[in-house]
Amino acid sequence: MTAVEVLLPGSLADLAGGERHLRVDAGGGTLRDVLDGLDAAHPVLGRRIRDEAGAIRRFVNVYVDGDDVRFAGGLGTAVPEGATVQVLPSVAGG
Amino acid sequence: MTDLLAIGTRKGLFLARSDDDRRTWTLDGPHLLAQEVAAVAVDTRRARPRLLAGIQYGHWGPTVMRSDDLGGTWEETESGAIRFPEGTGAALARVWQLRPDTAERPDVVWAGCEPHSLWRSSDGGANFELVRGLWDHPHRPTWEPGAGGGAVHTVLPDPASDRVTVAMSTGGVYVSEDGAEKWQPRNQGISAVFLPEPPPEYGQCVHKVAVDAAGPDRMYAQNHFGVFRTDDGGASWTSIAEGLPADFGFPVVASPSTPGTAWVVPLVADVQRVPPGGRLRVHRTRDAGATWAEVGAGLPDASWTAVVRDAACADEGDPTGLYVGTRDGCVYASRDEGDTFTTVAAHLPDVLVLRAARLP
Repeated sequence: MTAVEVLLPGSLADLAGGERHLRVDAGGGTLRDVLDGLDAAHPVLGRRIRDEAGAIRRFVNVYVDGDDVRFAGGLGTAVPEGATVQVLPSVAGG
Repeated sequence: MTDLLAIGTRKGLFLARSDDDRRTWTLDGPHLLAQEVAAVAVDTRRARPRLLAGIQYGHWGPTVMRSDDLGGTWEETESGAIRFPEGTGAALARVWQLRPDTAERPDVVWAGCEPHSLWRSSDGGANFELVRGLWDHPHRPTWEPGAGGGAVHTVLPDPASDRVTVAMSTGGVYVSEDGAEKWQPRNQGISAVFLPEPPPEYGQCVHKVAVDAAGPDRMYAQNHFGVFRTDDGGASWTSIAEGLPADFGFPVVASPSTPGTAWVVPLVADVQRVPPGGRLRVHRTRDAGATWAEVGAGLPDASWTAVVRDAACADEGDPTGLYVGTRDGCVYASRDEGDTFTTVAAHLPDVLVLRAARLP
């Protein structure tokens, strides 16, 4: 297993059993694989991050080792073993 | 007997209850705090009434929540109650309408959604199936989004037949006579001021449609300018706006028990979405739109707010109760068909949807 750390905002922790730090199998080594693994373990959490077409929701930002994946490889961004994937809500709403 | 008023707002759901035939109300909530509740239904066909709420987390997407204990606890379907099938390339943006069907179809619930789509549940709202007949309609690519987004916002299943009527902004009115398989546009006579003359077969921005108590062939439409009535199930529409102070607005509500009785809440115009003169009032017809009367003692003056398309509803009481909610977070209730109103709530977030139900 190629493990990476997924860091969740507090508002999503309830959907992962109260945990904000998760160890997830990186599978084939891309962000898509990590999020697929997250979906399988926590389907409701997965739907908060991505829509049913597989796209990261508009006001959700995902960082791999601090880099916003929207400006990297999107879902194809490489996630090497030991990397940290952080999920954050963007500045939006009111 | 308890009257329940479900109040969906931009930041959560509130529930008002009355145990004295709608004279006084107690407010409970917020439920689903910080979630936009744009659609709500109280399904009284079940042994335990079920609340359904179409919600939008600020960042985390839309879904349908359900409660079988009047808001005490909420459930959501793990995989999502409404999810576009693979191959459509679409993703649910917002749930605009949740509509339980008749008691003879006890587990059927309809949902109207953005992007323009109609959904049918046969398990009480836990799982919905995309209505392919409308999704695959050749007109769909030309249905433009209105200012609020492109959606099926009105779903009217006929309790006595297989007819289903929907209304869309934009798109207009479409009707199926075979249980939602095949669909035809029915907009003849409805104007479209944002398009060149003559009005098209479809593409109108119909804001809301309500069915008269006389039967399913008579319906009222509040249009993006214009108020119309059909007496033939939508085949043709005629203007009934004469006598109103303005023909713009969003809701139209029909009494479920008194034929010919309906209400609208006029706004000045699309570029002035405020009540005429800043006086929030409803206008009532008793003769299917031939004449209108301003009513609403107890509604505020100096009110520069608006009532959105689902923020008005009627109840099953006798006489019919009427409810109005505003974008500035006030909710008003009338137990005399709109003659007088009392304030149920104030200072809530923007009221998006009201639904009333009588509980045993």
